[in-house]
Amino acid sequence: MGKITLEEILKLLSKYDVEELEGVKIDGDIEIEIEGSAGIDPQYLQAIGMELGMAAFHLARAAMMLGFPVQQLFGSSEGFLTQPFLQPQPPQAAQTAQVTQVTQAVPPEEKVELIKKKFEPYKVEWSGYVEEVQLGATPKEGGTRKYTIKLGGERSLPFYIFDAPQPNLPAVSIDVFDRPVPLPKAVRVHYEDVMGHPDEWARKVVKKFGADAVTIHLISTDPLLDDTPPHEAVKTVEEVLQAVKCPIIVGGSGNKEKDPVLLEKVAEVAEGERVLLASATLDMDWERIGKAAKEHGHCVLAWTQMDINSQRTLNRYLLKRVGLPRDSLVMDPTTAALGYGLDYAYSNMERARIAALKGDEDLAFPVSSGTTNAWGAREAWMKESPLEGDYSWGMREHRGPLWEILTGLTLSLAAVDIFMMMHPVSVAVLKELIHTLGGKKEVDVEVEDWITAEI
Amino acid sequence: MKAKSPLEIYKLLPGTNCGECGYDTCMSFAAHVLDRTAKVEDCKPLVEQAKKSKKAAEKLKKLKEMTAPEIDEVIIGKDLKIGGKEVLHRHELTFFNPTAYFFDVSDTMDEKTIDERCSRVVEYKKFYVGKYLTLDGIAVRCTSNNPDQFAEVAKKVAGYGKPLILVSLDKECMEKALKAVGDTNPLIYAATPENWKDFFKLAKKYKVPVTVRSKDLDMLKSLAATFKAHEIPVVIDPVTEPVGKGLQKTFERVVQLRRTAILGQDKDINCPIMVTPIAAWMVEGDDVGKMYWETVIAGLFTVKYADIMILHSVEPHSIMPLVTLRANIYTDPRTPVQVEPGLRAINNPDRNSPVLITTNFALTYYTVESDLQSSGASGWLLVLDTGGLGVEVSVAGGQFTPEKVKQLMEETKVAEKVDHRYLVIPGLAARLQGALEDETGWKILVGPTDSGRLKAWLEQNWPPEDIEAKH
Repeated sequence: MGKITLEEILKLLSKYDVEELEGVKIDGDIEIEIEGSAGIDPQYLQAIGMELGMAAFHLARAAMMLGFPVQQLFGSSEGFLTQPFLQPQPPQAAQTAQVTQVTQAVPPEEKVELIKKKFEPYKVEWSGYVEEVQLGATPKEGGTRKYTIKLGGERSLPFYIFDAPQPNLPAVSIDVFDRPVPLPKAVRVHYEDVMGHPDEWARKVVKKFGADAVTIHLISTDPLLDDTPPHEAVKTVEEVLQAVKCPIIVGGSGNKEKDPVLLEKVAEVAEGERVLLASATLDMDWERIGKAAKEHGHCVLAWTQMDINSQRTLNRYLLKRVGLPRDSLVMDPTTAALGYGLDYAYSNMERARIAALKGDEDLAFPVSSGTTNAWGAREAWMKESPLEGDYSWGMREHRGPLWEILTGLTLSLAAVDIFMMMHPVSVAVLKELIHTLGGKKEVDVEVEDWITAEI
Repeated sequence: MKAKSPLEIYKLLPGTNCGECGYDTCMSFAAHVLDRTAKVEDCKPLVEQAKKSKKAAEKLKKLKEMTAPEIDEVIIGKDLKIGGKEVLHRHELTFFNPTAYFFDVSDTMDEKTIDERCSRVVEYKKFYVGKYLTLDGIAVRCTSNNPDQFAEVAKKVAGYGKPLILVSLDKECMEKALKAVGDTNPLIYAATPENWKDFFKLAKKYKVPVTVRSKDLDMLKSLAATFKAHEIPVVIDPVTEPVGKGLQKTFERVVQLRRTAILGQDKDINCPIMVTPIAAWMVEGDDVGKMYWETVIAGLFTVKYADIMILHSVEPHSIMPLVTLRANIYTDPRTPVQVEPGLRAINNPDRNSPVLITTNFALTYYTVESDLQSSGASGWLLVLDTGGLGVEVSVAGGQFTPEKVKQLMEETKVAEKVDHRYLVIPGLAARLQGALEDETGWKILVGPTDSGRLKAWLEQNWPPEDIEAKH
């Protein structure tokens, strides 16, 4: 008769990386043997024997789960696992029939009646909400903007206006640069005439392309480009503030040492206008940027690299350590282009928004998306595929804007309150979709059915 | 699915560890059924027993019930699976069975057009992260209202070997087409409040899955329940309205249907959902505008819960963004997007071949590797561990550092593989050139920002002059 030792069981367990069985200490080998012994009450012995037998039985079952061929120890294995040892089968819990499957076949001539059902939509309510942040300030509020934009305020998932009204629909800001930049051809053709003139560029994106706000990127301050000193670079901000009367977002060059100094100067110069300072990150002097915003009444864009915990941390630092008001924080969790990590960006944003709606106050802020990043994908601008085996990529005139549109659209379904983008067609199409899903289209348009139409 | 742990499944299995399912033990099989890499029906002994014993049949039935996905899975054609979803948000688990894209052909199109469109669907492919993205099927629409014509075109299209959707609300046209191609298991579109009794008969006779269609969700649920009660596989179409208020209402219907199926456990309408972006082509405007708007609708519902779609535009510039989006949304978030760091030899490099470096973000890596591979150039490719972040992000975020590059070069002993001391860095890491030269002692060449340009760049810049001078 074979034996299984606990050591052998341990060996089998180690195959599955099980470090220890909680609550069980196993030292060396344990054999279970029952023998008669003088002086012990046979009934007592029988009871102990039974308990030990049950223990052996359970050990054997565990061993079998791990693949040890224990059947040979117990003869027929039929029902070995499913028969509980010495106990009657516990009564099966009645299965509440969810599925109303009828198995009899219906002969084709027989009359079938419609099973009448009522659709009861599942109701969802969230306990949390997203803070509302205002960009821009009117003369009454101490600025010179003709209108302001409100971001956030949601109490439901994006465009779920059937759950709760969406107080502010996502806005679109178009990117403007303070010096000429290389752009993909599809984008460049729209801005060739204004490149090098940020004030005209700003005017064009507002008047001609429907931007709700303008993002002026002071990239000339980059030490690798012109290394423009802050006090000079901010003159562009003043120019843009003069040229257009919409809310303004101001971006640095991404240089960690210079941006805090630059954005501090911007904050001084733009005092009263409630601009969005882009951006504060964990690995730069975020405190300096936060303080400048607080002192001069601006908002801060808190930028992290697709990491929800870093976002919480940066937000907390700005709110608690700097004392930035909750109505002055916007988050940028990073936008990865379609095909280049969009899924990651999407789920990160979606998780953050759901957390906010569940009451996580560290994440309950409007979201910004650098949708222009979509143009970094080669598929957006390359003429054709560099790969031999690939099918044609089609016309890049349409491919590019569609790449930017789908990047923005996807993220808008996760949680985006303000888009930063570039191509005028993308802007127009995305705005149309936002207004549609946001419930701003009141009129029902009659459209013929496609089923029998010749297209 | 209802089952939450392997033990629940294991209890109902034979427990003999026979291995016929392909796994060593019944417990292992149970774990794989739970994570959807195995099916209950793969346990042949249990299936055999169920034919003979009532008890075993009960067990099998219970197993099927507890492992059934929240949303029904429907098979079209030989093996195209749609539906089978478990969760509302991909980060909660993952989305199974990517949205199936079907492209239309109408029976009044001329033969050449039909052939072109069908060939497009069969041949299209896009290389992406190590594999090819392809299109799923063809929807044949009866625009002639002529049963014989419909059947003829359906037969022709079936010859291309792709799964089919047959589109006609008329029972005579549908029956003729089913006589011709019913054995390919096409999805029929659609049973409506007006014609459902006839389509019910057709579904029973030809044993095909049916789309039921209604804007009224009570009616849609009634139709679905009726067909499901007779074990006919059902796909639900809550009607796609392409613009304005109608589109907003469509969005609401789709979300409500999916949410009520999963959170509300409504087992009448827990069916795969069909969306028809092709409806955009009925809106006023030019063809370019219609193509854009169709792609927008398709993108919207690929993210939000559509299991199957009928589209019209077969242009690569509208298809490519969609198949890429679908691949992204349906990527399993549980799978790491990183590859092993280290050194790769591309196209049999030698001691004079260039040394290049990239990050271990799967997308970046596969893109660079395939570009280098197909360029024909030989090279040594260093793969830096940036925690799965791409070049631009990791340079900005501090994961792509000169210190780590030096460490990688030492670990891989790349200095022993080549006679030169040149390292080509991605264009997006240009700002690190100086610091990298200081840290590694190698000369840094700044490569193109996009690896698609590598072939041209290498032709122009490799080997550098002083290496050439030596030979």
